[in-house]
Parts: sequence; C-alpha cells; structure tokens
Amino acid sequence: NTISKSNSCIVHFLISFSPSRNEDLKEMLESNKESLKLEAMKRVVGLIAKGKNASELFPAVVKNVASKNIELKKLVYVYLVRYAEEQQDLALLSISTFQRALKDPNQLIRASALRVLSSIRVPIIVPIMMLAIKEAASDMSPYVRKTSAHAIQKLYSLDQDQKELLIEVIEKLLKDKSTLVAGSVVMAFEEVCPDRIDLIHKNYRKLCNLLVDVEEWGQVVIISMLTRYARTQFTSPWKEDGVFDEHNERAFYESDEEKTRDETEAKPYMMDPDHRLLLRNTKPLLQSRNTAVVMSVAQLYWHLAPKNEVSIVTKSLVRLLRSHREVQYIVLQNIATMSIQRKGMFEPYMKSFYVRSTDATHIKSLKLEILTSLANEANISTILREFQTYVKSQDKQFAAGTIQAIGRCATNISEVTDTCLNGLVLLLSNRDETVVAESVVVIRKLLQIQPTQHSDIIKHMAKLFDNITVPMARASILWLMGEYCERVPKIAPDVLRKMAKSFTSEEDIVKLQTVNLAAKLYLTNSKQTKLLTQYILNLGKYDQNYDIRDRTRFIRQLIVPNDKNGALSKYAHRILLAPKPAPVLESAYKDRDRYQLGTLSHTINTKASGYLELSDWPAVAPDQSVRNVEVIEPVKEWAPSLGKTVKSKPAKSSDDKFYSDSGEEEEKGSGSSSSEDGSSSSSSEGVLHILQNERVCPESGSDAESHVQKNSSQTSEESDKSSSQSEKSSSESDSEKKERKTKTPLQKKTVKPTSWTYVTKQQHTKTIFVNVINQHSVLQTFSYSHWSTLCVSLFTQLCPLSLAFPLQLSGPAFVPEKSHDLLHRMTGKGLSAQYQFPRQPCLYQPTMVSVQISLTNTTDHPLEQIHIGDRSPTGLNIHCFNTIECLEPEASVTVFMGIDFNDSTQAANFQLCTKEDHFSVSIQPAIGELLLPITMTELDFRKEQGKLLGMNESSATITMAAENMTSQPISRPVATVANLGMVPSSQDNVHRFAGKTANSGAVVLVTVELRGESTALITINTEKSVMGSMLLRDLKLALAQA
Amino acid sequence: MINSLFLINPSGEIFLEKHWKSVVSRSVCDYFLEAKEKALEPEDVPPVIHTPHHYLISIYRDKLFFLSVIQTEVPPLFVIEFLHRVAEMIQDYFGECSETVVKDHMVMVYELLEEMLDNGFPLATESNVLKEMIRPPTILRSVVNTLTGTSNVGDTLLTGQLSTIPWRRAGVRYTNNEAYFDVVEEIDAILDQSGTTVFAEIQGVVEACVKLSGMPDLTLSFMNPRLLDDVSFHPCVRYKLWESERVLSFIPPDGNFTLMTYHVNAQNLVAIPVYVKQSISFFECGSDGRLDVTVGPKQTMGKTVEGVMVTVHLPKTILSINLTATQGSYTYDNGTKLLVWDIGKLNPQKLPNLRGSLSLQAGAPKPEENPSLNIDLKIQQLAISGLKVNRLDMFGEKYKPFKGVKYITKAGKFQVRT
Repeated sequence: NTISKSNSCIVHFLISFSPSRNEDLKEMLESNKESLKLEAMKRVVGLIAKGKNASELFPAVVKNVASKNIELKKLVYVYLVRYAEEQQDLALLSISTFQRALKDPNQLIRASALRVLSSIRVPIIVPIMMLAIKEAASDMSPYVRKTSAHAIQKLYSLDQDQKELLIEVIEKLLKDKSTLVAGSVVMAFEEVCPDRIDLIHKNYRKLCNLLVDVEEWGQVVIISMLTRYARTQFTSPWKEDGVFDEHNERAFYESDEEKTRDETEAKPYMMDPDHRLLLRNTKPLLQSRNTAVVMSVAQLYWHLAPKNEVSIVTKSLVRLLRSHREVQYIVLQNIATMSIQRKGMFEPYMKSFYVRSTDATHIKSLKLEILTSLANEANISTILREFQTYVKSQDKQFAAGTIQAIGRCATNISEVTDTCLNGLVLLLSNRDETVVAESVVVIRKLLQIQPTQHSDIIKHMAKLFDNITVPMARASILWLMGEYCERVPKIAPDVLRKMAKSFTSEEDIVKLQTVNLAAKLYLTNSKQTKLLTQYILNLGKYDQNYDIRDRTRFIRQLIVPNDKNGALSKYAHRILLAPKPAPVLESAYKDRDRYQLGTLSHTINTKASGYLELSDWPAVAPDQSVRNVEVIEPVKEWAPSLGKTVKSKPAKSSDDKFYSDSGEEEEKGSGSSSSEDGSSSSSSEGVLHILQNERVCPESGSDAESHVQKNSSQTSEESDKSSSQSEKSSSESDSEKKERKTKTPLQKKTVKPTSWTYVTKQQHTKTIFVNVINQHSVLQTFSYSHWSTLCVSLFTQLCPLSLAFPLQLSGPAFVPEKSHDLLHRMTGKGLSAQYQFPRQPCLYQPTMVSVQISLTNTTDHPLEQIHIGDRSPTGLNIHCFNTIECLEPEASVTVFMGIDFNDSTQAANFQLCTKEDHFSVSIQPAIGELLLPITMTELDFRKEQGKLLGMNESSATITMAAENMTSQPISRPVATVANLGMVPSSQDNVHRFAGKTANSGAVVLVTVELRGESTALITINTEKSVMGSMLLRDLKLALAQA
Repeated sequence: MINSLFLINPSGEIFLEKHWKSVVSRSVCDYFLEAKEKALEPEDVPPVIHTPHHYLISIYRDKLFFLSVIQTEVPPLFVIEFLHRVAEMIQDYFGECSETVVKDHMVMVYELLEEMLDNGFPLATESNVLKEMIRPPTILRSVVNTLTGTSNVGDTLLTGQLSTIPWRRAGVRYTNNEAYFDVVEEIDAILDQSGTTVFAEIQGVVEACVKLSGMPDLTLSFMNPRLLDDVSFHPCVRYKLWESERVLSFIPPDGNFTLMTYHVNAQNLVAIPVYVKQSISFFECGSDGRLDVTVGPKQTMGKTVEGVMVTVHLPKTILSINLTATQGSYTYDNGTKLLVWDIGKLNPQKLPNLRGSLSLQAGAPKPEENPSLNIDLKIQQLAISGLKVNRLDMFGEKYKPFKGVKYITKAGKFQVRT
C-alpha cells in the first residue's frame, strides 16, 4: 500500500512540479521577507489543497514554525499536520516549539499548539502527547479542555496501548461542567471506551440537563450515547400496552386535585425519573435547525419512549422532508422502517409522501415504499388513485416500482385484491415493455395467493405471451401455465408447442421454465404433450448452459419411467405439482429495525465498522442510586434534611408522584451544581463561571434589582393563590426547616442572591420547579434579560398544563342521541336517512365535523349504489362515505362522513344518490356541534379569557329554577347544546367549559356563574364573535328551560 | 468521524481535498465516480455509498459534489448536515458557491475547513465565529494587506467560541443600527388535471438581517402565532419562551441568518394564487401534438402575481416544437427537452397563453403520460398564510434601531399534473 502511495506521489510529483518552480518556492521560504514567505506558504498550501505533493519542501517549511506572524504560523501548522507522518524525523524539530506554546498565557495559542501536536501522527512523541493532554485536561480554559478531548481520540488511534491512561483523562473530563467540553468528551468516550458505561452514571443527570446548551454537533453524539445508556439502565416502558404509560403522562400534565391515590399506587410499571428526565430534556431539541439533532431525538424517542409518546416526533420528521435531497433520503429511509411497525404515526401525513415528478429516483422509490406501508382499508382508495398517476410516469423504473407496490397493497388488504388485479390486467396492454413485464410478475404472485378464480386472467396472459419479450415476464407466464395447467387444459399445450419452436433462442430463465412446463404437462396430459416434452428435453440436453442441462437430466429421470428410478418417479406428480406456498410480498425495510435508527448501519443495511449494538432492556433495572451525585461541602449541611422531606413525600399525595420523583433528583442535581457554583469563585477551574458571572452582573446592574422586586411581588401573589394547595402538599414545619437551612449557605453567596431568595419564599412543592429553573439558569448563563424570561417560565412551569399548550383535545362530555331527519322515506322513494353528531374528532381531516348517517331501505327491492353526488356550496369540503353497493330491503346501514362547515351554521347541501335517483338533502348543524372539547386548567382558562375581552366577549343574565343550581344539572344542558369540555373550577358557583372551533381552532370559553337565588350569568369568550352570540342564544334557551 | 473531504465538479475532476486524519488516497473517489456514471442525473447519485474499506457520503449542491470519506459508524445526517454547512460557509464568505470561487480562494477555503473540524469532529461551524478567526475577503482589505503586510487571520481571543452565545461575535459596532426581517412563504402543491388540489401546504421561513451594536436582546411577536404548526429555530431562540408565550426572544447573530422556519397549520386551507388551464395532446396517428397553456390569477388577495414561469420537461420523443406566446417569451432546449416559458407579471385582463404544435420523431409511439408543469411565481408584500409580525422590541441597548419587515410569497414545489 505504501509503495503504491509513494508511487502515486512520485507520479504526481512528476506531473505537477517543474523542478524550477519548486526551487523557487524554497528560495522564497528561506528569504528574510515575511511577505515572500507568506506568499510561498500560500502557494504550498494551495498545492496541498489540490492534492499535489509538496513533501520535499518540508525542511524549508519547518524552519518557519516559530514565526511571529500568526498567519504564516497557521499555514505552517497546516503543512505540518499534512506531512509530519511522512517526514517523522524532521517533524521532531518542531516539537519543542509546541511544547513552549503549550505554556503560553493565551488560551488560543495553547489550544492550537495542542491541536497540531496531537495531529502529528508520529509514534515517538506519544509520551509527550500524553503529558500534554493530561495537563490540558485541567486547563483553566474550557476551550483548551475541549481541544484535549479531541486530542484523546487522536492519541488513541495512534497508540491503543495508552487506553487505560486515556480513560482516566476521559473520566476527569466527563465531570467537566462546561457545555463546550461535553460534546467532545462524549465523542472521545464513544471512540475509546464505549463499554465503560459506569463512567456515565455520575454524569448522567448533568449531561441531560446540559444538553440544551451544548453545541449542536455535541448534542447528536451525547443523545446517541444516552440512548445506549438508557437501554442498559432502565426497564422497558413498553410492557403494559400504553395504559399505564398514558396514566403516567396524565400525571405529568394534570394538576393534582382530581386523582385518587390508589389509582397511582396500583400501577406496576413506574418510569424511572431519570428515564423521564432524558425524554423531557431532549424534546425541545426536536425544534433544532440541525437535521441531525432532530433525527437523533427522533431515534431516542423511538427506542426509549413509551409507545404512546413516540408520535410526538412525527411532525418534526415530516418537516425534515422539506430539507435538502440527501436529508430527505436518510429521513425517508428511517420513516420507512418506522412506518412498518407503526402505521398510525405517519398516516395523517400521508400526503407529504406523494411523489413529484421532479424527485430523484431513490426518493421516489422510498416514498412509494412508505405509501405502501401506510395503506390500510380506509385510505387505500386514495393511495390507489395516486398510484394510478405514478404508473403512467415517464420514469419507467419508478412505474415498475409502483406496480410492485400495488401488488403489495393487494396482498395486504384483501378488500382491494380484485380491484388491483383488474387494474394490473389492464396494464398488460400497456405500450411499455417494462410496465407489462412487471405487471406479469406481480400478477403471477397475486394469482398464487388466490389461484381458484382466475383462469380468465391466465388465458389473457397466454394471449399476450407472443408480444412480451422481457425474459422474467415470459418465465412467469410459463410458470403460471405449468402450475395451473389443469385450469387451462387447452391453452397450455399450445403454449408449450410455441416454446418448443423458439426454445433455442430464449433466455436461460425462460428455458428453465419451459422445461418445467413440459414436465408438468407431461404428468397431467401426457397424451398431447409426450412428444413435445421429449423434444424439449432433447434440446435442453445439449444446451450450452449447464444449469439447463442439469435440470433437463433431472426432469427426465423423474418423469420418464424406466427401471432404475422407479421409486422416485412414482412421486413425480407430488414433487412437481405440490401445492406451493404463496410468496409473501413485504417491504424491503422489514428487517432494518435490527439497527438503531439514524445510524449509518441502518442506511446501508449492513453493520458498519464501529457500530455499537443497542442492548435489550434489562428485565430488572440496575441500581438507580449509582446516578446519585454526592453533595459537596457547603451544601452538606442541609442535604440530609432535604432527603427527609423527600422521603416523607410519597406517603403524602401520590398523584404528584411524577413531580416528587423528578424533584428528588432535580434537587440533588441542583444542589450539587449550586454548591459547585458557590465554590467556583475559589477554585481555579471555574473560569467559565466567573466569565459568565461577569457577563451577567455588570450588564444587568440596576435592572436586575428592579427585576428582583418584580420577582418578589409576583411571588407573594403566587403564594396567595396557591395557599390552598400548600396545606395539602407539604407540612409547614418541614419547609420552614428547609428554609432556614438553605439560607445559611446562601448568605455566603454573592453571585445569584435573587434566585435564592425567591426559592426560600416558595413552599416545598414549588421549590422543585424553582430548582429546575434555577439550575438551568446557572447553566445557561442567562444575561440579564433572562430574568424576565425566568419569571415567565417560572409561572408556566408552576401550572404544568400550559406545557402542553397546543390545546389538548378531550373526549366529548356527553353525546346527545338525538338524531335528525336527513331524508324522509316518502321523499326518498323508500330510502330514509337520519343523521346525528357523534361528537368525535373527524378522522379524515381535523377541520371536519363527523356526522353519522343511518340509511334504511324501506322498499321491497334492494337499493344499489348509494353515494353522495353534487354538493353546494361548491367549495364545500366533504369526506364522503364509500359507495354502498347494495342495501337489501328492510336493512339499514350506518356510515360516517366528515363535513367541513367552515365554522358557520350554513347548511351543507348535497345529493344523496342511488342508482336510479338522486335526492337533495341538507345538514344544518347546531352551533354547538361545530366545537370540539378541550381540557385546560383553570389558570389557563383565565389566561385565555384575559386575551379575549371586549369585542370577543358576549354575556347575558338569565333566570333559572332554583333546583338546577347545582353543578350537575348545569353541565348537562350545556353539554347537550354544545360539545364543550368541563374545566375544573375552584369556586362552587362558577362553571367553566372550554372548546375550540373545528375549522379554525379558535378557542371558545363558556362561563356560567350562578348568582343568588335563580339568576345566572353566562359569558362566552371567543374571537369568533358571531359564533359566540349564536352559542349564547342556544345556551340561554337551554338553561332557562332547565 | 469525518475523515476526508473531496470537492468534485460535474465532470468528475477532483479539485480540492482535505484530510482531517490520515491521508486517504483520492482513488477512493473512483467508487463514487462509477456511481455517478451510472446515474442519469447528478441528483440520482446515491448519497451514501458503501465501499470495501470506507463509506462515502456525498451531497450535490450548486453543481458541485461534496464527498466525504467515513471510516466508522456515524449518523449519516450528521455528515450531510455538515457538508451543507460547508457549502453555506463558502456561499457566505465569497458570495457564491461554485468551482471558480473555490479555486480562486483555495487557501482560504482550506484554512476554513481546517478550523471547522478537528480530527473529523465539528469545532467551529458558526459563521460569526469563523469570521472572527479568518476574515472574509473584501477588496479594501486585500489592498491594505498587500500594502501593510497584515494578515487575514485573527489572533484575538475567540470570544464567540468561548461564550455561551457562540453565534454572536463580541464588540459589534454600527453607525446605523438596523434589523430587517423577511417572511418568505412557499406554497408546495400538487394540482391534478382538473385543477383540484391533491396536496398543498405552506412552508415559511423568517430570514433576518440584523446589524445592531452591542448585545441586543430582541423579542419578535406575531399577530397570529396560532397559525404556526411546526417550527424550528436558530439556536439563539429561547424555546421555553416560545412554548409559553409564542414570542421569539433571542440575542441575534450578527448579519444574515435564518431565524426560524415554520409549517402552517394543515387545518387552514391553502389559497392557490394561480390557476392553469392546459391541454397537451398527442394525436394517435401521425406524429403531431398540440400544447395549449393558459395561466390566470386565482386567490391573490388583491396583489399582483409576478415572476410567473412555467417549466415543462417534454417527453424524450419530441422532435421539435412550434409555439407562440401571447405574453413573455419561451425558450426550449432540444437537448434536455426543457421548455421554459417566462411570463413575468400576470395581468388579470389579458391572460397569457402559450399554444402551438409539437412534432414527434417519426415512428415514435405516442407518449404515455403528459409531462407535468412546474410553476414558479412570486407575490410581493403578502404572506399567503396570513401570518403577520406584530412588533419587535429590543432590550439591552439604549439606541433606537431601524426596523423593517417584508413579506414575500413564492411557489415552492408547485406542480400541475396533466
């Protein structure tokens, strides 16, 4: 190898270098003028960039390594890194310069010296590199430490014997608190010692918490490492089919009042809070602009999250499809694998996978793959319609792919098998050969699945046989003839006759099938075909291809009885005409899930070198406490008391289990990091912190103070509000004790007093959140304006539901069973139709309202082809039900359709057609049916209400009977009128309901306030003021009646 | 991670190579060139190629192949994303990304590549950081440099690299402080023969050009943030605040950057600004066909549609065409069979029409499928989704910046099936 390399170098050299020019450069490098040297170096680097050899300038270049001119020096470094390996002896001359530079006061120079030193791949300097790395790993500057993390990998690839020493350095750097270092050291960990999972334990929580602030490339590496880690440390969240997971999820979002404790205690699977921490902290990264980060979060959720949470990554993955072609390719591959296991995840985005004529070929086939995987009974008609367009594509390879896809759909969904088969038969008369050939092959497979009914198709194919030239297709037809020769007893021998004529000019694969056909016919119909068979076997005997000779010999022995083989030929019929299992048409991506998603191995579908297997979940979780971080000096004092409060917690209210658990570790985490923060001013390592603090403090100045005041005022307000909760959640004494304890170390601290005083004013439960943010703020180094951010995020953190802000739909509170007449049997000539609103979110399109229609045939003859015809207004968006082919007398059928009413009560007019007649019908929705219920907390409700005042508010006072003044009778009439969700209310006399409009998703808030004896105030807040007033009218009516 | 990078032009010439670990012989590119030969279009070259000892991951962009050599397992998107960053960096530094530009600035590109990766792992990819280390060329500077012998290489402490706001360089000073935001929306659509929408969606992007002194902290809010369904942000945007308040709060990088990209809620119906009436037919016998295309405005919200362009890939069997356009002009390349009709501004009174005859090669069969039309268009001062920027506030600095917002709607992948 080296010889060939040096050879090529020489060749390069001969071509690219005229000796004179080389001399010229040497002279320039040795001159005294800086500018000449610089010019020469630029030309040299230009040569390197072009891939030309400049190695023999080495002596001249290396002299300049100590140059004062930074630009020149950099160019020399570039040169050194490129050629040091080839000129090891000379390279050693430069080492002392780097050793000196490693001690330079300028961190930039230290870092670049280490970078170059570690890039010189000369084994003799390994000890020097090792020393430099160790030293740099405890450098003040995080930038230098980052460089040392990179150097670890370089040294490791140069000399694997250093592994143990290097692991020590990695261990040290893993403890580093700087976001700058985290990504690089994890990268080094992955390369040097990916199996030393024990090094991660203590740093796990820190890495999770730092993740958001690490630079994007580091995020990718850390996420993939944490995915592997989590699979070894936590138990599977998949066991309980999502029931309990859902529960857990609810516990996360819902406020604590409504749940009873035994519900939570009954659950057998409890997600490790650390597991949850990872999922929670990676989620925001789905919004990253870096596609690699998004993909790595997606794969993390795929491999680690409970099944019901995985789908949150869908939207982001679909977004990536807008990116560059190469990104699309990778993402589509991963979606292809995902969609096989979880159709539901991508089904709503089906249209994003529609193929454009401008897509590259590999993109087209991937999209086709995904569309095929997504096909199910409900959407198959849409998909097949789309496929019809593709079949006509000019890209014939793609058209052929589409035919295969149709074949797969046909086998997977039995309802459409016949339709597909007919469609494919039509394609047989296509002008393009590849299309015809592919169709034949696919039809052959389909017929094998359902062989009974299709002798017509076989006959048709026999007719086409003469025109088809593609070998694979011809072979397929011959095989079909042979396999089902008893169904086409007249045609098969004739085909064989034709083949006998053309045998010698056929392709091998066709010849083989001809021999097969001959053998099968000989067995079933020897009278007609005996001679033909013998003729073909004779031809085969002297064929050039040994496979064919071999097959011929075998077949002859098998079917033609003679004395020697008597035993076997008895079974010839059973051997040749044994029933054959139908081929399974399945995705090429079916077994790709053995590789971790998003990896190179997954893309190339073979194990790439250095691929690290994802282990299976352990049956029993390893010790969780390994991740606990010991608390250091100043905080030690109050740590025990903290522990106590935590321990007493689960006994209290179990419904905030989730928080208390995460709180536990959060507190510990923050405890340690704040302690670090406290001590950092004295330690030499805390440069970054100091830097940050400097940046925060001077800028903020007076502003910070005002914020503090704001903080405290907000705090008192907040604590007022939550006083009721505090009684439930934490014992007064506990929190007091803690307050005192926490204050002690705090007084020493000068850096961030604001956040801490804030903490102490909160009750225990709140402290958890504050800690989360507080810790975050320490890490993120907010500049002063973050204080406002902090306050805001604090409030939102305190009311957990707002995390899930994009309003959560809930199930309908009540479904009225009242149905309306759509078509009376008199006007409908015996067809009667009734409709009602099932109040379910529409499956077809979220903007639609679902309508349930029951059709009854009251005539004495079957009604055929009931479907929906013309509609008005013409723009009306209706998802029709599938045509009902036949409705027997006295039978009735219930179908669903979706109508987009566009948030108005304008009637949807359309025609209900049967084979003979059509009837104009109309559906006029009540205003309340255009809504979908949503869940929100009271706090959210108020917040939303605050935004919708003035024009957007309508209210009325009504009189109602006194016995209806309790909650139940109020919610019933409201729910009957409008599809709204109940909002939990802390006041007895105020009832709140929330919903959103189906089309535009505008929030609709209804408040019913009972006043005094028999009056009630109804208030409706929505930006759709017309809807608001209409709803108010309906509610007034309903409540007054009630 | 990333071992080497080769830049290759469409004819297969390797004109730049950079190695971050041991040198990999450029003969490794042969596998790639082989694949390139096989592919009909440069776009069809598979992005990931598996060779006996290496993995080749490549992108095709701006008529250049960026080919990276990988030796061990790495997320392919990681490499692809990085390669695109390299292309963007070249674009950013030299105004365009092309073979000539790279060849002209060979040394600087090489130095930049050296800074971007260390041992194959990204080190500095933020343009603000890179620009502090290696200053982009300007005419003035190159004159000064030659006169005084000063360099292009920064020797200051890398403040950007070291701070937790790595995207912004320190000590920015401007005499005119200005912040401009462009809201650019693209309509992706597939229309079928009858003009009904098979698929349509709106993708938007907020491009920013911020030239503000010091460390400004900006807050941008929208009138109707609820329109936005799915978003992705520049790392500077505080995600928490977006989640809770639906405002964009950020300390911007200096200069041009993409603040956010978004996808408009799929529930809203997409307004299609133009309609296309077309008939392309080939006669069964004889070797002739007709083409008749009319474009007219549909839902334009009262704005004028500009820059309308229709691109058609005609079937391979077309011999020649003879068309007349009532507005604009058309070009036809007989080699690639690409018909481009540049219409320009759409006048509702007089609809532009292109019609004429197509002649097929003698004896060639009638094409199976009619070619689909790709439409390009532009509407100024309109974001088709109705998204509106409400206000922009600045904290942290005393001066009053000049602020501006511009809206543009464009056609993305807008295809009419025929």
